[in-house]
Amino acid sequence: MSRWLVLVALALSSAGALAIDTEAAFPDPALQARYEHMIRELRCVQCQNQSIADSPVGLAADLRRQVKEMIAAGQTDADIKRYMTDRYGDFVLYDPPLRARTYVLWAAPALLVLITVGIAARVILCRSKAPIGPDPEEPA
Amino acid sequence: MWRYFAPAAAFLVLGALFAFALLRIGQGKLDVHEIQSPLIGRAAPAFALPSVTDPTQLVDSRALAGKMYVLNVWGTWCGGCREEHSALLAIARTGGVPLIGIDWKDERDLAVQYLAQLGNPYQQVGSDADGRTAINWGVYGAPETFLVSATGTVLAKHIGPITEAAWQEKFVPHLKAGGGR
Repeated sequence: MSRWLVLVALALSSAGALAIDTEAAFPDPALQARYEHMIRELRCVQCQNQSIADSPVGLAADLRRQVKEMIAAGQTDADIKRYMTDRYGDFVLYDPPLRARTYVLWAAPALLVLITVGIAARVILCRSKAPIGPDPEEPA
Repeated sequence: MWRYFAPAAAFLVLGALFAFALLRIGQGKLDVHEIQSPLIGRAAPAFALPSVTDPTQLVDSRALAGKMYVLNVWGTWCGGCREEHSALLAIARTGGVPLIGIDWKDERDLAVQYLAQLGNPYQQVGSDADGRTAINWGVYGAPETFLVSATGTVLAKHIGPITEAAWQEKFVPHLKAGGGR
């Protein structure tokens, strides 16, 4: 049992460890945390299903270097995001901004929940009004 | 009655949608990996890179201002670049617009050898060894080809190997409108 706990603890702690860099980008833990957070927010546009924190390709390394330099130069997270979207578009962000083009995207989960609840309510209401006994529509 | 047909109808509509998208991908009209460049219609990023053919010279975007040019991002490591090379040579011959190359994250010796072997379509080629210029241009995979107007605006972009068809469709209309020569 305790062995399993150790394994789980190891697995959880490794998620926060250095992704692909061989050494920390910053000696200051606060800056390192910002760096780690930023590179997980940015998509590797070359490989498209990985963040630049996880991707081994050259472009991701170049973009990590860019993030590191911008943090070192005292730029804000918003500055870094703007720098990236100016060049690669909103696609580079894992968290797309809310704007006219993305309303449908953001509204979709709520809409789906509403539709599901609506269908469920209808079915439950119909069933509750139906006389108790074998369903006349179902073959015996 | 409708409740028996509704699922089938929904399935057919979805199926038609998927078939439509897949057919367009098959015809090459839809590329799900292609990212619309935010650069189109905006000022072309400035660059100044050492020339591949003569490292004492700079390939400088300021020196290119005042006339239209095509910017092609390539590398000797890039298979798609080899694929498009003959199309680039043809454009250089008959396109009526200078080709500027950016050799992306590459070694100069390899680039010189590559151009000597396959022919050099570029009026000038700059070496972007550290990849900073490519980031400014929003490049995410070579080859990528841009068209820049005489006033320094990005007019068009093609991602992937350029073909005669893509050149005619995306670039030639701008050349005619803007006077490529």
